[in-house]
Parts: sequence; structure tokens; C-alpha cells
Amino acid sequence: MEFAFTQEQEELRREARAFLEATPEAPLADLRELGWLGVSLPEERGGGGLSFIDEAILFEEAGRALYAGPFLTTAVVLPALPEVDERAWSVETDGLVPHLDTVDRVLREDMTACVADGETLATVDETRPLGRLQATDCYEVGGDWELVRLRLLAALAVEAAGIAQKALELGVEYVSQREQFGKKIGTYQAVSHPLADTYVETELARSLAYWAAWCVAENDVQAPIAAAAAKAQAAETAVAACERSIQVHGGIGFTWEHVLHRYYKRAQGIDAFGGHGAVHRKVVAAALLD
Amino acid sequence: MDLRDTPEEAAFRAELRAWIASNLTDEIRHGRFEESGREWSRKLYQAGYAGLTWPKEYGGAGAPYSHQAIFLEEMARAEAPSHLGVIGLGMAGPTIIAHGTEAQKERHLEKILSTEEIWCQGFSEPDAGSDLSAVRTSARLTLEGDHFVVNGQKVWSSFAHIADWCILVTRSDPESDRHAGLTYLLADMRAPGVEVRPLRQITGEAEFNEIFFTDVKVPVENVIGEIGGGWQVAMTTLLHERGTLGFALTAGLESQIRKLLALAKEKGATEVQRDAIAREWIGLQAVRYTNYRSLTTLMKTGIPGPEGSGAKLWWSEANQRVTKLALELLGPEAQLLNGDGKPGSHVQPGYWQHQQLRSRGNTIEAGTSEILRNIIAERVLGLPRSR
Repeated sequence: MEFAFTQEQEELRREARAFLEATPEAPLADLRELGWLGVSLPEERGGGGLSFIDEAILFEEAGRALYAGPFLTTAVVLPALPEVDERAWSVETDGLVPHLDTVDRVLREDMTACVADGETLATVDETRPLGRLQATDCYEVGGDWELVRLRLLAALAVEAAGIAQKALELGVEYVSQREQFGKKIGTYQAVSHPLADTYVETELARSLAYWAAWCVAENDVQAPIAAAAAKAQAAETAVAACERSIQVHGGIGFTWEHVLHRYYKRAQGIDAFGGHGAVHRKVVAAALLD
Repeated sequence: MDLRDTPEEAAFRAELRAWIASNLTDEIRHGRFEESGREWSRKLYQAGYAGLTWPKEYGGAGAPYSHQAIFLEEMARAEAPSHLGVIGLGMAGPTIIAHGTEAQKERHLEKILSTEEIWCQGFSEPDAGSDLSAVRTSARLTLEGDHFVVNGQKVWSSFAHIADWCILVTRSDPESDRHAGLTYLLADMRAPGVEVRPLRQITGEAEFNEIFFTDVKVPVENVIGEIGGGWQVAMTTLLHERGTLGFALTAGLESQIRKLLALAKEKGATEVQRDAIAREWIGLQAVRYTNYRSLTTLMKTGIPGPEGSGAKLWWSEANQRVTKLALELLGPEAQLLNGDGKPGSHVQPGYWQHQQLRSRGNTIEAGTSEILRNIIAERVLGLPRSR
């Protein structure tokens, strides 16, 4: 049993963080250039020859940086395609398609692909706008949607962990500086204890997300339940982390100009996308009780 | 990253599982802890499973921490009682190994492993709970300088009623304040002037005790560390209490959730209850894998990863929710003293009611949830100190 990243993986995380901090709005082509798409594909298929765990690091960093391009959706689709291509991809779930306006193709649950035509809808999370596909130009891809679905859930879970972590850091930074009644507000336990709870929950969410990523990478029999568990808890953790961070920021945390609401909306988008927590807990309960 | 047992770990697990199957009887499993626990503890010692991570020179197995984790998982899986010497193995022993003299090691360590000596902890006092630095139990060094005379009262001491020895934090300098002037003693519980009174708790039973010390003589060779340096030694003890705790707690919660699932299958559960049960199972996996992350860091660096610091906090609240869920599944029957657990049931009569009441102590003992949140806020997140 070894539950840690390798030195190379930690190095990948450092590079990804530095790149996304410097260029948070980099186009998807730049990420492709860096080799971030198809990381887990074998080298003979033009991939990076690494594993889904390495990809998970990138999803976590993309969440932390609020990266707004169709990176996650493209990365989870690529391994399912018979031919790896240079297109940007998304997926359709519950009749909605994230990034419909910026991708080329959309993969659907019946494993058909469609040209990304349709209507882009005004969306709360501006970093991941949704659209409704007009499935006029579609073709068979074949293969197994379940593998795409599990990659998607695990990827969303690690992304949520990245968002929770950032919301926590913003909260810690703010309450360590802000003074009221002559003291840093972080000295008040009514302020520090919710952040302690966020820390604990964020680490728990991260453990679940990495567990799910490992199960997906290894094609482990537990992958479906791990992905459901991780998605359910990590998304809710990210939402709660943002809510507590907004609260300890006081008025400034409620303003449009502060970045927190963007993390909050992304977290809510993750929570809703691919099924809310209750949907996944229903799957877990059935596995445990029926 | 590999979440499977290594071949070496798998071999240890298989060997342990086979040993448990042939040694753990129903009498031991369901007997009174103080009697059957002693027999079980002796068996564990003879098989080399007591003090797995202790150095070989002190009678331990010198095994990696991963073996201790596997040991705790397998014990919980088999519903085995824990070793009777939990205070000795988890707190007194490691403290003696870290700060004790050769004579103290020679005298106590082997006997802790074999359960020949049962230990208890004399830290908390009526006016020194979360704030350990407020202890007032006095230890006055005699003019001859060969022994201390101890007077005072300790409280919330598990096992004191059966203990042979006590790790005792005293104030040796009456002029001192807070962290200075404390001395850490090994006190013989059979010495004249030691009186133990059981404390009846909300479950009706008495797991904890008060200990009264009246002019109790403790020889100076029983000081651990320096006279006046007791605070640092006490911190070692608490570090061990909290450090190795995560796996034991998770293993306990796993067994509790297994019983909850059986109950839900027997009684049926509403959609809302099924959601809550799934939530607790997911939380269990989360804390389990968080322990593994912390363990991996411990094995690489000798220091557990900070992520493990939330394990006790999470577990205590989860155990309260899980036991309450069980009462809800049982319905009004949960209020009967011998209610749940019909003949052939997976639990003893009154099991869940007892567990639920007992769980209220979980967020108080071994560091209240408030203290644990302070520790995380200040030491892990680096927030300004609240005091």
C-alpha cells in the first residue's frame, strides 16, 4: 500500500500550477502543446503513456485555477475514441452540453458523436457554459460509455478537491489579515473552526477523489462505487468550502468583484453535472443494501 | 500510488487472519472485557502481535506501521476485543521508550506487552481538562531527595480500577505556573494512599475513574525525563495517543457501519435513511483512505501527514450520526433496555442504545472537538492563536 504521488507527479503538479497561474486563460491548443491531452493514452496512440492518476493532477490544478476551456471534457473523451484527434470534445448528460460553444464534437451516452451545433444557454457558472445540442450531424463511435462516465465522475471529483482547496486558502489568507475589535479575525473560534472543518472535509474529499482516480486508472472492480462516492462527497465539499469562505470574508466575499463567487458557481456546476450527491448515494445505497 | 497490499503486506494479513480464525473464540469475543480481555491480550503477546511497531530490543516486533494498520483492520473485521493494555501499549510504553531510563525500560516494557502490568493515565483533573497546563496535583520532593510525596485528584482515568501503574502528570514546583514546574511520574497504583473510585457515566456503566492520591510516596527513579520537564514528556504521550489512533478508530467505525447495514437490511430503511447510510459509508471510505495517505507519509518520513489530524474529529461525529441512525431504524423499540438484538441477532441486547449514549463521549475524550479544531486551525492552517 502506497498512497502518495511520485516525485515526477509532484513535479507535474508544480509545472501545471505555475503554468495556469501565469496563463489562466490559455487556449486549449496550448494545453495540447504541453501534452496535457491524452496523458493516459499509450504512446503508440499519440498519448503521454502515463496514467489517469497523472491526468487527475491536471484536473485538480485546472479546478484550482478555474480554468475555463474544455480541457476536462476533452481529456475524458479522448481515450474512448477509436482514432485520437486534435478536436475539442464535450459530452452530453441530462440533455446539456458544457462548452458547446467552444468544442468541435459532442459524445453522447449511446456512443454517437455529433458536430457541436446548437444553442448556447446563459449559465450561472461562466467558466463552464452549458448548451443544448442540435443533433443533426452525428455518427457512430462505438465503445463503452461507462468508461467515459467513470472518468468524468472521477475527474469532476478531483477538480472539486482543487476548488475546495483554493476556497480554503483564500479564507485562511483573509482571516489572517483582516482585523476587527483590535484582533485578527482568525483568532476568533467562530471564524477559525469552520475553516478547520473545511480543511478536514477537503482532505477527505481529496482522498476519495484520488481513490476513484486510482480505481479508474487500474480498471479496478470498485471503480463504479468509488467514482460515485467521490463525486457525491467532493462536489458537496467544494460547495460547502466556498460557502464558508464567503462567510468568513464578510461583505467583500459577497461582491461580484471578488473571485469567490466564481469558485462557488463552478462548485455548484460540478455538483449538478453528472448527477447531484443524492443521485450517486442512491447507487451506493443499492450496492450496500439490496 | 498503489492501493493494494504489497506481497509482503498481503502475506502478513493472511497469516494474521488465519491466526485470528484459530484463536478468537466466541467466549473471548463476547466475554467480560476485563477477564476475557486479559486472556486475549496474553494470546496476542505470545503470538508476537503486541507492540508490533515497538523496537525489537524492547520486545516489540520492529514491524513497519503498515503492519499495525493491517492488524487493526483485521481485528475489527473479526470483531475481536482490543488489547487490554491500550494505555500501556499506545501511551505509557512509547513515552518510556522515548524518555525513560534503561532501568525503567527494563522494568516495564516487557510487562506492558504481556499485560502483566495494566496501565492507566493520570492527566486530567477536575480543574484541568482541555487545559492540561492547569494541573494542581502536587509532587513534593522530600529533603532527602529520594522520593516525592504526591497529593491530589485525577479524573476520567480509564482502566484505573484494574491498573497496576499510572502515568502521572504532577506539579512539582508549587511556585510554578502553567507549563513550567510539571513532573511526569510513573506511579504504582498499589502504593498506600492511592484510592480509585469509579465514575458512573450516562450509559450506566463505569469505564472511567477518579484517582485520589493522599501522601503517596513515589521514588525519584520513577521520574520520566527531567524534574520540572513534565510538559514535554506529556506532549510525547499525547502525540502517540492521537498519532496511532486513526486506524483504530476507522476500524471501529467500519465494524459499526457493518452492523448498521445488517440492521437496515433486517428492518428496512426509507429513502431518506438509505441516503444517510450511503453518506456514512462514503465518509468511512474517505477517512480510511485519508489514514492511508497519512500512513504513507509516516512510513517515508517518520512523521504522520497532517491530513490525518482530522481523523479523530471526523470519526467522533460520524459515530454519533451512525448510532443515531441505528436508533431511528429500530423505532420505539430502541428505548427498551433489552430491546434490539433478538436471539440470533448480530448484536447484544441494548447494543445500539448503549453505543449511542457512549458516542456522546467521543467528541469529549482524547481531545474535545473544540480543542482539535483549535489545533488544526493553528498548527495545520497557521491561523493566529486564539489564546
